[in-house]
Amino acid sequence: MEQMESTITESAEELEQFKIDLLKKEDKKGSLIPLLQSAQETYGFIPESSIYYISEIIGIPAAEIYGVITFYAQFRLRPLGENIIKICQGTACHVNGAKNILNAIKNELDISVGETSEDGKFSLQSVACIGCCSLAPVMMINDETYGRLTPKKIAKILKEYK
Amino acid sequence: MIQVKVGLGTCGISAGGYSVFEALEKEIEDQNLNVALSETGCMGMCYEEVLVEIVKNGESYIYGNVTPDKVKKIIDEHIIHNKIVKDWVVAGSNGFITDQDYFTKQKRIVLKNCGVINPNSIDEYIAHGGYKAAQKVLSHYSQEEVINIVTRSGLRGRGGAGFLTGVKWKFAHQAEGDIKYLICNADEGDPGAFMDRSVLEGDPHAVIEGMIIAAYAIGAKQGYIYIRAEYPKAIQRLQTAITQCKKKEFLGNHIFNSDFNFDIKIKEGAGAFVCGEETALIASIEGKRGVPRLRPPFPAQQGLWGKPTNINNVETFANIPWIIINGADTFATIGTDKSKGTKVFALAGKIVKSGLVEVPMGITINEIVFDIGGGIIGGKKFKAVQMGGPSGGCIPASMGNLKIDYDEINRTGAIMGSGGLIVLDESTCMVDVAKFFLTFTQNESCGKCTFCRIGTKRMLEILERITDGKGEEEDLEILEDLAYKVQRNSLCGLGQTAPNPVLTTLKYFRDEYLAHIRDKKCPAHSCPLLINYVINPKKCTGCMLCLRKCPSNAITGNKKEVHIINPEVCTKCGICYDLCKFDAIEKV
Repeated sequence: MEQMESTITESAEELEQFKIDLLKKEDKKGSLIPLLQSAQETYGFIPESSIYYISEIIGIPAAEIYGVITFYAQFRLRPLGENIIKICQGTACHVNGAKNILNAIKNELDISVGETSEDGKFSLQSVACIGCCSLAPVMMINDETYGRLTPKKIAKILKEYK
Repeated sequence: MIQVKVGLGTCGISAGGYSVFEALEKEIEDQNLNVALSETGCMGMCYEEVLVEIVKNGESYIYGNVTPDKVKKIIDEHIIHNKIVKDWVVAGSNGFITDQDYFTKQKRIVLKNCGVINPNSIDEYIAHGGYKAAQKVLSHYSQEEVINIVTRSGLRGRGGAGFLTGVKWKFAHQAEGDIKYLICNADEGDPGAFMDRSVLEGDPHAVIEGMIIAAYAIGAKQGYIYIRAEYPKAIQRLQTAITQCKKKEFLGNHIFNSDFNFDIKIKEGAGAFVCGEETALIASIEGKRGVPRLRPPFPAQQGLWGKPTNINNVETFANIPWIIINGADTFATIGTDKSKGTKVFALAGKIVKSGLVEVPMGITINEIVFDIGGGIIGGKKFKAVQMGGPSGGCIPASMGNLKIDYDEINRTGAIMGSGGLIVLDESTCMVDVAKFFLTFTQNESCGKCTFCRIGTKRMLEILERITDGKGEEEDLEILEDLAYKVQRNSLCGLGQTAPNPVLTTLKYFRDEYLAHIRDKKCPAHSCPLLINYVINPKKCTGCMLCLRKCPSNAITGNKKEVHIINPEVCTKCGICYDLCKFDAIEKV
C-alpha cells in the first residue's frame, strides 16, 4: 500500500490531467465512467486517492463511485501483472475445450481467473468473446492472439513471457 | 491502378493480418510497384483468414490463409507476371469460386461494404453510394414520410427482440419535448457474437448514416453510440468516421444545407452484459450502475436524462440507408411474411467455415449449416444449433428445416437474438451447454430482482449437481419450476430470458439429462466427473510421461511397459489425456 501511494504522489501531474479532461466536458453529468476509465488508463488501476479526487470535483459521494467501480467488470482496484492473459470463454471456445486450456494455464502459473501471479509476471482474466471464433479456443497475451490452442501448447507459449 | 486489400477486422488481425500487410508494403516498396495497398473490414470468410484481395484489370481474386512468406510469390506471379496462384485463391472473378454455395446463398445488405471498402475512408464510402440516402431524406422527405417508409419495409429490431423499427421511431417522434436523444446500442455482449463489431469495423459510415436518418425522423439533435470498451478497433474506426463526417459537415449544424442539426458522441461501456438492456444502458450513459428500471415509462417517453429517447441496434441502423435508396417495397420482397430483409449471423462452433454470413430471412438452418457453413468439422454428427446466446436456446438437428424467422424461432423456445449461431456436434454435452450459459447470466445478473439473482444461482447449483453425477430425478422438476418463476419475476430481458438455454435443452434433450442422473453417464463424454480414463494397451509405449505428471499418483507402470490408471485414485483432471503423445488415453 505504501508503495502504491508513492506512485500516486509522483504522478500528480497526471492527476492534474483529469481536471483538464473534466473541464473540457460539456456535460458534467454522465462523466463519471469516462473519468474512471481515464484514471485506470493513467495508473493501470483505480487508486483509492483518485476516487476521493473525482468525488470532490464532480460532487458524487465516494461510496457511490465505489459502487459504480465494483459494478463494472472493466474497473480494477488493484494493479495488474506485467503480462495480461485473457482467456476467451465465448461459446465457440467453450465447446472447443476452453476449460482445458484454462486448467492448463492455472496449473502452469498457479493462479485463478482474476488473480495475479506472485512474481507479478502474469494476470489471468477471462473474457466473454475475443471475436475470432474461427480460431477457437483462443487466448490473448497482451496484444498477441493465440488461436487453435491445445493444453500442450500452453507451457511453451507461457515460457516466452517468463 | 492495381488494388491490394487486406482484411483487417479483429478476425484478420488476430490471424496475423498486420504482418501480412507489412510484408506486402515492403515487397511493393522494394520492387517499386504502382499498387494501391489498403486495409478493409471483415470479408466474412474468417475460416480462411488472413485474406488478401487483388483487383487488377477489372478482375478480383481473393487469396486465403495468406502468411508473410506467401506474399512474395503472390506479388511476383499475380501482380508482375499476371499469373494467378490458383492453389491459394479462395474466390475470384469469372466464376473462379471454390465455394459456390457460400456466396450464392447469401444476400448482402448490411455487409455490402464490409471487406469491400476501406473503412477509414469516407470518400470510398461515398463512391459506393454512401450518404445519398441521408441527403435524399433531408432534402425530400418529411419526418412522417421517413417513419412510414421504415414501417412499410417491415424492418424489425436486429438486437434480438424484433420490435418493428418504424413503430418504435413513431413513438419517439410523437413524444412531447424539445430535447430528444438517439442511441445506437453497440454493447454486443453475447459470448460468441461478433456481428455488430464486424459491421462497425468494416463499414462505420453506414451506421452513422442510418443514425442521421433516424435522428431526423424522431427529431433528435444528439446521438450516442454506446459501445463495449473491449472493441478498440471498432471505437477507433468510428471515431475516425465521426471526425470525417464533421469535416464534410455531414454531422454538426445544417447537415446537407438543411435546417437539421445532429451530432454523435461515443460512450464506452465498462463491461456489464446487462447494459445491453435499454434502461440499464441509459443508466450507464448517465454514469450510474447499469441497473434496469421498470417500464413504463418507456425510453420513448422518458429515456436519457428523462427525455424521449430512441434506441436501436447497430445492424438495424445499417439497414436504413439501403431501405431509403432501394425502397420499402424492395426490402419487403426479401424474407418471410413477418420477418423482412436479411440477418447477419456470426457462425461458429463445430463448423468447417466459421465466419460472418448474411442470409435472407426464411433460409433454413440446414442451408446455413451445410450449404454455407460446409457442415461439421471432422465429419461428426450435427446435433443442434444454439441461437440467441444466453437469452436463446438450442434447436435440435431434427428441426434443421426450420425457416429463420422471428416467430418460427420463438416457437421453438429459442430466440433470433442478435445473431450468434453456434453449431454443436455429438461431442457437445447439452447439459454442459445449459450450464455454460447459465453461469454467464448468473454472473452478469445485476442483482436487482430476487429471482434473477438467487433463482439463477439455485438453477446453476442443480445443473452442477447433475453434471457431477449427483443429480436426482426430481431435480428436473425443480429446475423447470424455478425456470418459469425466474422468467415471470424478473424486470428485464436478462432475467426473463436467462432460463431459455435450460428450458430448450430440457425440452429437446431430456434424455441427456436423464443419462447424467440415472446412469451417471455423460453421453457426449464431456462432463469430467462422469467419464473414466483408461489406457489403451495397444497404443501405450510406456514413456512414463503421464505417470510423472499425474497429480494424484493414480497411474502405475514401469518404463516401456503398458501403464494402468487406478480409477479409485484418479481425480479425472484429464491432464494425462491432454499430455499423451500417442493418444493412448481414452475416455469411456
